[in-house]
Amino acid sequence: MIPPEATVSPPPGPEGAVTGPLGAASGPAEPVPRRLLAVGIASPRRGVLLSTKGWTGVLAAALVLLVVVPVLNLAVPADSVFHLSDYAVSLLGKVLCYAICALAMDLIWGYTGILSLGHGLFFALGGYAMGMYLMRQIGSDGQYRMPMPDFMVFLNWKAFPWHWSLSDSFAFQLLMALLVPGLLAFVFGFFAFRSRIKGVYFSIITQAMTFAAMLLFFRNETGFGGNNGFTDFKRILGIPIATPQMRVFLCALSAAVLIGLFLMARAIVDSKCGRVLQAIRDAESRVMFTGYDPVAYKLGIWTLSAVMCGVAGALYVPQVGIINPGEMSPAASIEIAVWAAVGGRATLIGPIVGAFFVNGAKSWFTVAFPEFWLFFLGALFIAVTLFLPDGIVGLLRRRKEERVPDPAPPVRNARPRGGRAAQPTVGASRDA
Amino acid sequence: MTPDLLEDGAARLAAWQRKKAEQAGSSGDRGGAYGRVLKAGEPDFAHGVALYLDEISVSFDGFKALNKLSLTINVGELRCIIGPNGAGKTTMMDCITGKTRPDSGKCFFGSTIDLLRLTETDIAQIGIGRKFQKPTVYEQLSVFDNLELALRADRRVRAALFHRLSGAQLDRIGEVLTLIQLQREAQRQAGLLSHGQKQWLEIGMLLMQDPKLLLLDEPVAGMTDEETERTAELFLSLQGQHSLVVVEHDMKFVDQLTQGRKTVTVLHEGSVLAEGLLAEVQANDKVVEVYLGR
Repeated sequence: MIPPEATVSPPPGPEGAVTGPLGAASGPAEPVPRRLLAVGIASPRRGVLLSTKGWTGVLAAALVLLVVVPVLNLAVPADSVFHLSDYAVSLLGKVLCYAICALAMDLIWGYTGILSLGHGLFFALGGYAMGMYLMRQIGSDGQYRMPMPDFMVFLNWKAFPWHWSLSDSFAFQLLMALLVPGLLAFVFGFFAFRSRIKGVYFSIITQAMTFAAMLLFFRNETGFGGNNGFTDFKRILGIPIATPQMRVFLCALSAAVLIGLFLMARAIVDSKCGRVLQAIRDAESRVMFTGYDPVAYKLGIWTLSAVMCGVAGALYVPQVGIINPGEMSPAASIEIAVWAAVGGRATLIGPIVGAFFVNGAKSWFTVAFPEFWLFFLGALFIAVTLFLPDGIVGLLRRRKEERVPDPAPPVRNARPRGGRAAQPTVGASRDA
Repeated sequence: MTPDLLEDGAARLAAWQRKKAEQAGSSGDRGGAYGRVLKAGEPDFAHGVALYLDEISVSFDGFKALNKLSLTINVGELRCIIGPNGAGKTTMMDCITGKTRPDSGKCFFGSTIDLLRLTETDIAQIGIGRKFQKPTVYEQLSVFDNLELALRADRRVRAALFHRLSGAQLDRIGEVLTLIQLQREAQRQAGLLSHGQKQWLEIGMLLMQDPKLLLLDEPVAGMTDEETERTAELFLSLQGQHSLVVVEHDMKFVDQLTQGRKTVTVLHEGSVLAEGLLAEVQANDKVVEVYLGR
């Protein structure tokens, strides 16, 4: 029964296992010293977060958003051609918050392959947490001149519900803006990922989750202002909220947070952890049988993504001055996915571009063609789905590769594959 | 001490060492005695058995995919398993790797680790590697990244976040790249490889994991004759240090692997139909009947 080879001691260490007869078999074809080969081949781009061009771009964006925009809005006189209107600043601030959501969506959808249609909920929860604090800051300056928020007076409530007890602390509510979306995502994700709910089923239950939350928040008894939500904010940290300075500050803060989160996301994606996430997207069973626990990885990135949305919501509410259950509507969550798809999934910069592009188009269409803007928007989405499977960034990259001939990578198989094979990993096209 | 006493002592010592070496069996000289040291979570191969399946039964909606299957794979053995379609070969691998939970039976790795209590991830971590029937690689990642992810290392999230490749690990990746002859494709996207190359890449990923037991489900499907031959050589070089279970339809490949002196197991309707040398098995009336139809 047992062949003679079987009577060898238990398996050895890693080395030496592969220097069998095959080395000899492959020898004549490739007489290359192994040591040299290993070093020559295996030097992928690691350790640098961004290319020189990338860093230049980030610095330029920071300069524009943190210096140029505030100066153009505050210092340049209103009649100058260079003056940036208050409307433009608030729109920019709003879109920057949306871009944070799109970035969060890219981590979970673009890189991990999990399409969430419930990210609007995390965004809204972050917004509500901040909104509660802003409501308390109104003090007695509301319509009813009472120390409690207007909707509570209207409902004839005499005392704050329990979940409002610490709401006049800015630090606490800020913490809640991170913790509530994070905790909800963690618990939800834990059960969903452990039960191996995948693909479209996961998308549907996230959609159901945000819809259920919307219904809950619509109720007055929930204690979050029901239908109307929170609005009529007066000040934040005692500083009046509706001043140009505050508007510019919040816009710049959103920009700084977006840039910071972008760099963090880039670091994650470039780490081995990021490659495990992409591996989960491509072949989850292989990841499992390689010894990684996909649940831990998915849960980690899912929770992080939810927290990012919570941050975006907390930045968004003081800028737009209102938060209501409409933000939890399924359409709002789907829109986040649309930004990511339009900009280009699994590129990090793509979804940010997408958020700007779609919201810019939306603003322009509503002004230029108020009756037809929804049709235009629909046509835009169809065009992207049909012609730009990799989004705007994917299109630009392909253009660039076509223009610049293959930059002759060190050693490559003789088979020509157009320009696309040159893209090593991350940005390469998915559907083609 | 006088020189002849010294010489005598040296001779006695050498004789004792020789005797000990002769006594050392497959257990690596430790013997299956009670006194041996067992490490928690480490498979124990002191009895020379790598994998032990006992009366495993699995049924899907009344269909018995495995029917009291019993099988023993020894340490360092290369075992080929053949059988017609639906014989339960893939289900057996699913049971071993934790993908399917059997209705009844026992499944042990070494003599201490009960595989039925572990998850797929744990089973992979204690040293069972599996190659799927359809080559499964990370299509969007480069060949290099595919191998890097399979590299034996801490699998936890935090470790992965701050992971840096060491020189030795880099060399190891280069070694496997050479072995699977994909060194020119290292930076290429794995999805662009040919079918045979993907099979090789997946085998390379298994080698990176350095498993003690390799389960290979139709590893040469879609390979050219030359590639098949090279694969056989590779597997033969692995036996002894790793235990291998190869499920295959290609009889020529099985012949190459068994070299006319290794055991082949024939599965049929979820249990072992015959076991023996390939020639014996092929001459077996029952086996012929199963393969050619009644």
